[in-house]
Parts: sequence; structure tokens; C-alpha cells
Amino acid sequence: MGKRGSITFWLAIGWIAVVIVCAITAPWWPVPAPDLIDPDLLATPPCVGHPLGTDTMGRDIAARLLFGARVSIIVGFCAPLVGMVLGSLLGVPAGFYRGRPERLILFILDTLLAFPGLVFLLVFTFVFGASLTTITVALGVLTAPRFARVARANTIRFAEREFVLAARGVGAGDFSIILREILPNVLAPMLIYMLLVIGFVIVAEGGLGFLGLSVPSPAPSWGGMIAGGRDILDQAPHVSLIPTAVMFLTVLSVNLIGDAVRGRLDRREGQL
Amino acid sequence: MNGNNPKNQEPLLRVKDLTVEYPACRGRKVHAVSGVSFDLARRETLGLVGESGCGKSSLARAIMQLPKPTAGKVILDGDDLAACDPVRLRILRSRFQMIFQDPASSLNPSRTVGASIEAPLLAMGHHGREERTRQAKVMMAAVGLDPERHYGRRPHQLSGGQCQRVAIARALMTNPRLLVCDEPVSSLDVSVQAQILNLLREVRGEYGLSMLFIAHDLAVVKNIADRVAVMYLGRLCEVAQCEDFYRAPAHPYSMALLDAVPRPDPRHLLPATGMLPGELPSAIDPPSGCRFRTRCRRAEALCAMECPELREIAPGHKVACHFPTFVKDL
Amino acid sequence: MTAAFDRHLLVAEDISVHIPSGGGTVRAVDRVSLSLERGKTLALVGESGSGKSMLCRAILGIPPGRAATRGRIIFGERDLAQLPEKELNAIRGREIGVVLQNPMSSLNPVLKVGWQIAEPMLRHLGISLLKARERAVELLGAVGIPRPAERVDCYPHQLSGGMRQRVAIAIALACDPQLLIADEPTTALDVTVQAEILNLLGRLQMERRMAMILVSHDLGVVAGRAHETAVMYAGRIVEQAPTVILFDQMRMRYTRALFDSIPRLDAPSGQPLASIGGQLPDLAAELQGCRFAPRCRRAEDRCFAEEPPLVADGLEDHRFACWFPCEPGISVTPPGPLLPKRIMS
Repeated sequence: MGKRGSITFWLAIGWIAVVIVCAITAPWWPVPAPDLIDPDLLATPPCVGHPLGTDTMGRDIAARLLFGARVSIIVGFCAPLVGMVLGSLLGVPAGFYRGRPERLILFILDTLLAFPGLVFLLVFTFVFGASLTTITVALGVLTAPRFARVARANTIRFAEREFVLAARGVGAGDFSIILREILPNVLAPMLIYMLLVIGFVIVAEGGLGFLGLSVPSPAPSWGGMIAGGRDILDQAPHVSLIPTAVMFLTVLSVNLIGDAVRGRLDRREGQL
Repeated sequence: MNGNNPKNQEPLLRVKDLTVEYPACRGRKVHAVSGVSFDLARRETLGLVGESGCGKSSLARAIMQLPKPTAGKVILDGDDLAACDPVRLRILRSRFQMIFQDPASSLNPSRTVGASIEAPLLAMGHHGREERTRQAKVMMAAVGLDPERHYGRRPHQLSGGQCQRVAIARALMTNPRLLVCDEPVSSLDVSVQAQILNLLREVRGEYGLSMLFIAHDLAVVKNIADRVAVMYLGRLCEVAQCEDFYRAPAHPYSMALLDAVPRPDPRHLLPATGMLPGELPSAIDPPSGCRFRTRCRRAEALCAMECPELREIAPGHKVACHFPTFVKDL
Repeated sequence: MTAAFDRHLLVAEDISVHIPSGGGTVRAVDRVSLSLERGKTLALVGESGSGKSMLCRAILGIPPGRAATRGRIIFGERDLAQLPEKELNAIRGREIGVVLQNPMSSLNPVLKVGWQIAEPMLRHLGISLLKARERAVELLGAVGIPRPAERVDCYPHQLSGGMRQRVAIAIALACDPQLLIADEPTTALDVTVQAEILNLLGRLQMERRMAMILVSHDLGVVAGRAHETAVMYAGRIVEQAPTVILFDQMRMRYTRALFDSIPRLDAPSGQPLASIGGQLPDLAAELQGCRFAPRCRRAEDRCFAEEPPLVADGLEDHRFACWFPCEPGISVTPPGPLLPKRIMS
């Protein structure tokens, strides 16, 4: 990674920081409320009072982007976190105990992976209702099997190292070995995988919003905003393109950060 | 410890008919260790020598109960470890500790050196952070690490020799009686190897340890051990005091091992032909009778039929061979 | 000069390998010169981090990552440092063979060993597949693998460590190279297997009149196996001499310390070994004076201030870099055989 690599890394960090700050400070920005309809200005380009223009219903795009960021950030970070916790709970014991528990857990994972994700999300939101919480949990459950596989593979790798044997040699039990010896080592690759999943989940939430399955309107979400502008793409492309660009930059930044962190970790491992 | 205790006359460790078998594919078994017996006296170091695949690591782990052996007894200070229940075994574990071959792999990469050294105390239930840290720092100084500089380091910031010092410190934290060293210097440079051997000798005296020292190099064993045991394909071939063994090895395999040690002497005549013809047979299906017979120049019909018992040919010098070399033959 | 090049297969002049890293440039190899005659063995000895492997990689033209190599590497009549990558590829594997330390990772686990031996022949010699396979069987026999015709179809994991190293040697020898670089070929192996592999290398070298660079961290390993021995410390050669002379009179104190730290069969049991305290210097820092001085018991002010040159004193081909060398003429190898004669029989 040269000088250029580190510049893009810091740009990515900067962008994510901006998005997070915007999501937190959304209510205090000098823009109209996100659900305030201005019937005189439908899908207008940027103008005074509407720095990024309005959407097809005359709502301020800048305000909706700010509040939509809350949805994207919460879903984007919390869903992978849910997935990581669930995945570790399944994957670490599978890798540690091998044998029958492992086969059972692997079977569950394979079943989950084979189940069509979209159908799962449809059923889940139908049963529990579409809200920020259900979307987050549903996407978390959906990513859990992949986390479990990463957790299992890394657990197997570390469980055979001699420091685990040394811990057993001083009488440490299974639980304490998993907690103290295995988990800290499995966590690093899991976190890196999580950075990849964050990008995926933000896009997935956008997709759900596009299908109208994300947070119910009129609450703003980036995916919903993109969907809202698709009918007038030829007349007012900015209605879709601005949220698309914001989402694109966010996902790209997360992935760039993930690659940089992975590079650092690989170098650390390489020294061992 | 009470000096008049009659227990002190007994050997510290008594291994009896220890057998380790692993399942292999198609229902067959790997005979890693087959009926090994030996004693280890207090403050004595026994060097266990053999090639890779001879079962010496399996033997070490069976003694450590990691995992328990398939059969046989491991009696430490009167307690049969192999028959202990897990709760009792956990208490006894402070008495026997182990050092591994690969120093980098034997330390948890995500922990600091200090945390690794303190881990045994934590596992033994010594709570009180300050006391643990104090003891760890004392131990670090004892094994030649700088307590202030190295305490917060992580394994990848240390050299191989320093990692091995950390491993030794960790093993000594529980004040053990027995230290099992599984090839502790095999992956180190010669210069570092000398440092670690010297350190082991030092702590052995200081802490009154008995040691089972595993190696594949007889020169290393000669430097540190009081007694030597040679192992081949899961069985002991020869057990003797160091002086006797190096003066007059009796088993043909011991001689081959001695021949193979590199001599730092450019005029030393190298054996022209291979010392050990053929390959190590598979431990799934070991040869009948004497397991070394397939590579032994002295093998006769008897060797294939009958397994030679470990018998005494001189006081304290035991050999498992039908045709051993006696001192008078030399 | 031309006369020297006739005799010498490899002449390396002023080789430096500089590796950029976080804490500055690591000078892994610093202005090292060496030469190797056809059919002779040169041993490179030193601790890990002394730069011996880096020197080999520099000669092969495969320095690690973003390392920069400087100096001239005359092999035959060409300067390897100036050759384009394509021509270097034609030399590596054909004229220079390599055996690495760990046979577990240097063989491809998913290819049959026969293929791996045949591959360099197919690439460099352009012979037919059938002929290459035939030669692969021959080579397996030559490196002492029993039943070579069957083993040619084995995968690496079906062989023991020693057998794998033999396969690695067969691959290195496939195109009859003029130079074999063996980088710690026996460090990962048992003592018994080590002795056999070293004997094999010595025999093959004599039969094929190859030149060989044998790298090891153990002076004991190279003792009877090399015509000349060079001891490296912290990226520099600190002593170099014909092996017999070097072992008879070690002048540089590092060499002596390295020698004394070897556990010996002829030493009394239970004696502490002479060990070298301290650690290798940080090669990223600006180094002054003798690099071994901080660990040397005899070091004086001059050692810390001025770097001693690698020069001969008395014997022309025994060069060493030390201001206060050990006394010459004292044989450090004890006289007489180490073991009773019976073992030879």
C-alpha cells in the first residue's frame, strides 16, 4: 500500500465520518422537515430553500438524505452486528467441537443458505411488520450463516495451535478457552468480514426500499428515494441519481476501509 | 515438601504400559505409542530421542493428559493421572507443565506477553490482578526477559528465542514438579538453542524440576539429560544413563542416530552410505516382532517372530534388542 | 580478469539488498562480494536475519516484495543483475537450481511429483512428455527414492518429509543446472534425514560437477560438506576461508561464538553451552563500527567506531573482519575420532 493507497483510505474514512455525523445531526440542519410536502415544487432541481432539489412529491431531497442516512447507518451497522453475534454463536462451537455438533450446525447453515433470501425477508416483514428493527434483524439473520462459516474456519485454524493445548495444560475449561484463547483471534477476521457485509447490507436495504419493503413511507430511506425517482428519470434524473451517488460512495468507502484493514492484518499475521 | 517423606524416595513420574492409538481411515488404528514404561526420578532429566513419527510427541501429550492415553498408567507423585476425574486432574495440572516446539504457535497472538504468562494463574483461580502481574514480572526476569520492556509486547514482536522464553515462564508460573519439553529447541538457530538449553538447565536447578526432554538430536540431549531413552515407532529401544549410552550404545538404532549427528569437524569422515536403509514403516501397520527389523542390518529370523522385551544388559542400561552390542564387543 | 571468469562460475560484487519498511530501509544484505568456482561448494552460515537467504534470493533475481538489489552478479558471462526478467526465467530452473528449506510448502500439493519434476524439463529443454516422465523416474532413482516408477505418481502428502526434500532436489536437478542453491535444505528435517540429504547433495554435486551454495545456520552441518565457508552477520560477510582452515583457526569472534554454541557429542554431559548474548542489531538503523561489537566480549572503543575490513592476515584465502581477532594457529577441533571406529563398519 503506497502513499496513494493511504490517501484513498483516509478519504473513505472521511466520507463515512461525514455520513455518520449527518445521520446524528439530521434534525438540526437548516432544511425543511423530510416529510414536509411542498406542492408547488415537484421534482425541481436544486434551488434556494431546497439545496438538492425536491422529489416527485415535493419533499426536500437533502432532508430526506439526512434522515435516510439514519436508516442506512443503523441497518448497515446493526444488521451485520446481529449476523456476527449469531454467526459466532453457531460457528465457534462448530469449529471447536467438530464431530457431531459440527455436522448438525453445518446442516442448519446449509439450510439457511439455501433458503431464498428475498422470500425470507418478505415472510419476515409480513409476520413482524416492516420497521427499522425487523429489517435490521431480518438482514442480520440472513447474513449469519456466512459469518458462521468464517467463524468456524478461523476457529479450526486456531484451535489446533499449541497455545490452546497450553491453556488446557493449565486446566482451563472449554468455555474459558473459547472465550480467552479462540474468540480474540477469531474476532479480527470476523470484523474484516463485517466491513464487507456492511456494504452488502446497505445495498440490500436499498433494494428492499426499492421494493417498498424497507421502513414504511413516509419515513425516508435511500432505497425508497431511488425508487421514488425512477418514473421521471428522463425529466428529473437528480431525484434518483443523488441518493444513488450517496449510497455508492458510502458502500465504496466501507469496502475500501475493509481492504485496508485486511491488508494491515495480513501483514501482522505474516510476521508470525 | 517434607524431606523425610518416604514418597521422596519414589520416582516422581512412573509411566506404565502407556498406549496411545488414534482411529485411522477404514476402521484401522494408528499405533502411536505401544506399551511404553519408564520412571523419572526427582530432579532428573530424561532425554527422549527419536525421529519424527516415532510417537514421542504422542507420548508427551499422553503424559500431559492432552488427551488421555488409550491405556496405561501415568503416576505422578502417587496419583494416577490417567484414572483421575476431571476435577481432580484440573487441580493436579499445576504440578506438570509443558513446553512446545513451535514458539510462535504456542503463544496466543492476540495476547500480550504478560497476559500469556499470567494465564495459568488465572486458570488456577488466583484472582487479584496486581499480585498476578507482580509474579509474572518476577518470572519474566527469571527467564531473561525484560519485565518492563517485554510485558506489553505481542508474540509477533518477539524473536523465536524470546517466544520460547515466554513459554518457559508460563510453564513455570504454577510452580510445577514436572516439565515436559516437546522439542523446545528444534526450530531455533544454533546460537539461540544454546541460550534456551542454558536457561532450561538453570531453571531446572532453581525450581527443582524433573524434565522429560524430547529431541531428535542426540548431541542436544547429551548436553541436558541425565538419562536417555530412544524411541522407535511407538516403542522404547534403549534406556540408559547418559555416560553409558554415549560410551556404548547397544541398540543398532541408537548407533544410527548417533552417526547422524553432524560433527563440527571438517576432517570427520562421513559415513559413505545411508545409515538407515529404507523408510520409517507406517504406524498403522507396524512390522511384526521387533519394529526396527525392516531397517536393521543385524535382523535375523528371530527378530520377525518375537518382539524383544526391554531388558537390562548392565545396571540401569536397558535394551530391547535380540542382538545388542555389548561393551566387550567394542 | 578473464582468467578468473573461466575458473569462476559465479562472481558477485558488492551486492546489497535494501528492503523498505515502516521503520526505514532494512539493509538485509550490505555490500557483499563472493565468488564460486565451478564444481565447488560454498557454505553460507549465520543466524536467522543475517541476510544469507536474502543474498541467495538476490543471486536468483527474486528479491522479496519491493526490495531493491544493487551490485553485479556475473554468472558465466552474463550479469544477472542487468538481464531482463524473461532471460532470467530461462536461467532459473535450467542453469541455476534451487532447493528451499521447507519441502512441505515448496512442493505443489495438488500435482503429482512426476509432473513437478517434468515441468522444468518441458519448459526449458523442450523434450516430449514421455521422455520427461522417463527422466523424472530416473531422477527419483538418482535422489535415492525407492521404487521410483511407482513414486512418480504420488502426491507430495503421500511422502515423508525426507522424501519430499528428495523430490525437491530432483526438481532442482531436472535440467542439469551448473549451480545449485540449497537454502537451509535440512533445517526442517530430522537429524537422520538431514545426514542423508546432505550426503545425497554432496554425492550429486560430485557426480554432476555442479557448483553449490549451501546455506545453514549450523556450522556443524557444513563442516564436512563445503570447500569454502563464509560466515555472515547482520548483512555482511565477517569471515571467509576454505572450510578446513576456517575450522582450524577461527579468527573472527562471532564465528568462534557460533561454533562454541553447538552442542557436541564429544563434550562432557551437562555443561553449559557458550551462548551469544543479546540480539542482532536493527538493520534499519544507521550502523557504525563492527556490527558484532555490542555482543562481543572483547569489543573495545575502536570496534564501535570503525568497521573492520574483510581482509586476509597471513593466509591469503582466509579473510576476516575483526580488529582484535582470536589468536591464529590454535586448533579448535579436538584431535582424534569422536566415536569408536565400529560405527564406520
